[in-house]
This record gives sequence, C-alpha cells and structure tokens, in this order.
Amino acid sequence: MSPMKVLIVAEHDNATLKPATLHLVSAALQLGSDISILVAGQGCAAVADSASRIAGVSRVLLADNAVYQYQLAEALAPLVVQLASDAGAVLAAASTTGKNVLPRVAAALDVAQLSEILAIKDASTFVRPIYAGNVLATVQSLDAIKVATVRTSAFLPAPLATSGQAPIESVAIATAQEQSRFVSASHNVSARPELGAARVVVSGGRGLGSAENFKLLDPLADKLGAAIGASRAAVDAGYVSNDLQVGQTGKIVAPELYIAVGISGAIQHLAGMKDSKVIVAINKDPEAAIFQVADYGLVADLFQAVPELAKSL
Amino acid sequence: MKILVAVKRTLDAYVKVRIRQDHSGVDLTSAKMAMNPFCEIAVEEAVRLKEKGIATEIVVVSVGSDKVQEQLRGAMALGADRGIHVQAGDDLESLNVAKLLKAVVDKEKPGLVLLGKQAIDSDNNQVGQMLAALAQLPQATFASKLEIAEGRATVSREVDGGEQVLSISLPAIVTTDLRLNEPRYAKLPDIMKAKKKPVDIFTPEQLGVTVKQHLKLVEVNDPPARKAGVKVASVAELVDKLRNEAKVIA
Repeated sequence: MSPMKVLIVAEHDNATLKPATLHLVSAALQLGSDISILVAGQGCAAVADSASRIAGVSRVLLADNAVYQYQLAEALAPLVVQLASDAGAVLAAASTTGKNVLPRVAAALDVAQLSEILAIKDASTFVRPIYAGNVLATVQSLDAIKVATVRTSAFLPAPLATSGQAPIESVAIATAQEQSRFVSASHNVSARPELGAARVVVSGGRGLGSAENFKLLDPLADKLGAAIGASRAAVDAGYVSNDLQVGQTGKIVAPELYIAVGISGAIQHLAGMKDSKVIVAINKDPEAAIFQVADYGLVADLFQAVPELAKSL
Repeated sequence: MKILVAVKRTLDAYVKVRIRQDHSGVDLTSAKMAMNPFCEIAVEEAVRLKEKGIATEIVVVSVGSDKVQEQLRGAMALGADRGIHVQAGDDLESLNVAKLLKAVVDKEKPGLVLLGKQAIDSDNNQVGQMLAALAQLPQATFASKLEIAEGRATVSREVDGGEQVLSISLPAIVTTDLRLNEPRYAKLPDIMKAKKKPVDIFTPEQLGVTVKQHLKLVEVNDPPARKAGVKVASVAELVDKLRNEAKVIA
C-alpha cells in the first residue's frame, strides 16, 4: 500500500460520530494506509473516542474548541488547510457540511476539488457523477493534494477495530472569526431513521396530490421502520419540506428497500435512489418511468394499495 | 448596495444528455442550452432585493465562450442592469472560474455576490465556496431565505436534517437552493430593453488570472443500467415477493 497520508474530516454533531465517517475510512484506505481523522467541534471528545475505534485509523486529531462548535466553513476550512499541508488527500462526506467546507479548503490550497466521488480507480483517478447521475465521469487529479467529497453510500463502512484504539492527539489551532455567526438551527423532529442511513425508505411523489394525502405514507413507514422521502415534484408542490427530497439535488440514498409511491421516475429522482437494493414502485400509470428501474411494480391506485400494504405487513 | 450575480450556461434541464461515441465527453452539438436553474434563482433573488430598495445595482457575470452572452441578456431581461462577460473555454474548472470571479469582485466591489449552489451539468457545488475562500469573505451556501439588514445578511440554509440560520457580515457570498424563490419569466418589452444594456468583455489576462489545469477528464460513461423487474398483480403478491423472494421484510 502506498504511504500516502489521508486526512478525513469526521461527520458528527459534537455528540455522536455519524456512520458516514466509517464509509470515508474505507474510501481513504483505497488511497493510503496513514489515515488521520479530524474531529473538530466543541465538547466532542466522545466523537473522537468513537473515531479512534474504527479499524485502519492511524490517529484521531481532536480540535475541541468553541470556534468549531457549529463547524462553520470560515472557522473549519483554515484548520483543515493547515492540517492538510503534508497530506496526499483530504476527504469529507458529500453532506451539506462537507460540501460547504471542502471547496473552501481546496481553493485555499490552490487545488481542485472532486465532488461526490463514487469509486477510486487509483491514487489520483476517481469516478464521479455528472448531469444528475446520467453520466459517470472518470477524472484524474493533477494536483499534489487530492481533495474530494465522497458519496458515502458508494463505499462499504469500515469495521470497528477488534481491539485497542488509535491515539487521540489534541490540536490547539483555533482562530476566532467574526465573519459568520451561528443564529439558530431547527431539526426536523422525527422518530424515524435518518433518510440517508435508513434500511427502508418510503418515498412519495406528486401522485399523492396534497400535503394532507402525503400522511398516507406514515402508517406504512411506521410498520417498516422506514424513513420518509419525496420526489422533487412533491417538494416543489409544497407537500413536504426540501430536506426529504431524494434525487440529485436532494439526498442520495441506497437503502435495502425503496418504495416509490406515486412517483413518475424523473431522471433526477432516479439518480438519487437507483442504487437501492430492492425497488418497489406503486403507480397508477403503467407507462411511468419508475417501472423501468423497479424490481417489483404494482400498477394500482395508491390510495387503496398503500393502506392495504400497511395493513398486510 | 451593488449585487454581483454569477450565471452559467448549461444544457437545458429538460434535454436528455448524450455522451460522445468515443466517450471523450458529453455531446453538446446542437443541444438546447439555457441558464442553469440555480443561477436563475440567484438572479431572481437579486431582482427582488432591488425591488425592495436594498440593492441599487445588479451586475451579472458569466464565464465562457461568446454564447454565454445569451444568458447575460436573459439575466438583464429579468432585471440585471449590466453584464460582464469573461471570455474563456466552456469547460473551465471550478477553481479557475472562482479565480476569474474573484478578479471581478475586486474590480466591482459588490456588497453581495449571489450564485447558484451548483450547475446541473458538472454538479460540482464548488464555485461559491471557492470564491469565498479566495476573496476571504464569509459564505452562506444552500440558502432558502435571505434577509439584509445593518450590514449583515441573515441566511437560512438547507442542511441535512433541517435548517441552519447564520448571520454573516457583508460583503458576502451566498449560494441559492431550490426553495429560495420561484424565478419569474422575462416579459417581451424587457427582453427588447435588455439588448441595449451594456456588457463589458474581459479576457483572463486582462483580469490578471492565469487559467491552470488541475483535472483531466479521462472518459465518460453511461451509468450501469438497472433492469426492470416484474409487475405484480396485487398487494398480496407484492408482500409475498418482498418476504420470500427479495427477503427484505420479515
């Protein structure tokens, strides 16, 4: 294995390490064997501890400081830039945090950034989606430091180490900045699993007809322990909020079971879910494009089929 | 306050994309082109800020071949006051675009720069953040709401699992998400008027920027096709298949 040093920016919320980080480690191990995970936040020692127990991790860099509390790009990017000086690659999840921070890092390092890599061909060649996932581009980086966001669902999670843990080193670098201030955050309170990490996803489209009708999916999702998603058409029509959107401009999901209800199957939606293991489509239009990717298609009136399905589980 | 809006000419969102036979790239010969949808949202937001009396002037900039002037005219028909065309290749990398925009920012000194969060061709989602890094300005990406008051912008951002609100000092870089607004259509008289609005043209050399290649496109491919499965006749058959064939439910 090459001696390339890889720096991973951990995905976390100060309390817990997000599973995406495990996927980042397996992507990183395809590039090199010296893997550092940066945990930057406030009161995030428990996150660093979790990160140190992932197999293959060489060290955890813990930057625990108030300036990193909200992982604002203005604060986090300069830290990553400093730590990246001797790295061959810097990786972060293609999450809203990673996408916000990593281009800022790349520009400061005067290197390109590769977005949402799906596969690693060699230490400088990557595959990434363009045109809403309708084309896969193989791109070679000519830069000394490869900076990339990773579509984590395209890489398997790294296992936890069977024994011991990697050393945790404190990083004292912290510069206060006044340009950007956190005001507030609202989380969509839901007892359901997170869309990006759910084993089962039930998604609704324009066929649901209204925000009120969209609730028809709740009993089915409850039975399956599923996350709820939506097509862009449903979001644009105002049935649900944008953070439920599955598609190239929303979330990319790859659950074991994806149930598309009243979704026609626009290209941009398919780009967000076609890597699901099993796809079920329920739509009254037998010509709907969604049936071309569905393992099981049911041509039916969703207003009858969905309650019936929920009842029979 | 002056607002600078950067727009990109891309393949029309409703056109099917085709790759070249030799896999060297996407075939755009005689394809219908349009303003990137996220850039339209950026233009609309600037026009609304002008209508509210917050913006005094809207300058729209695009980087690319002479054809991007169509998109500059389109933005001026929607309400931008003048245009800047930076002459360059159409496939410029994000970092090079950001460097050229940084030079335009230095020249124009806008109070706010609005960009789409990503272009629907390269799907990079980078230029705004890179420009913010180079210009050492604060950034608010994926904006769903924007308010300007007392030298700061309060921006709601669409983030995984919810919304985040930031207060950033001006000048600043803001990139637009889908729900920020619904862009209007240009009216015919405004399209005519836009033809008379001024467009300044610069080369990278005139802006003091050396375009440098950082990435090499090796090849493009169609994604692996997913085969259509079977149609089931009833909910009962679907449940049976999921339970006993696919084994994804208990």
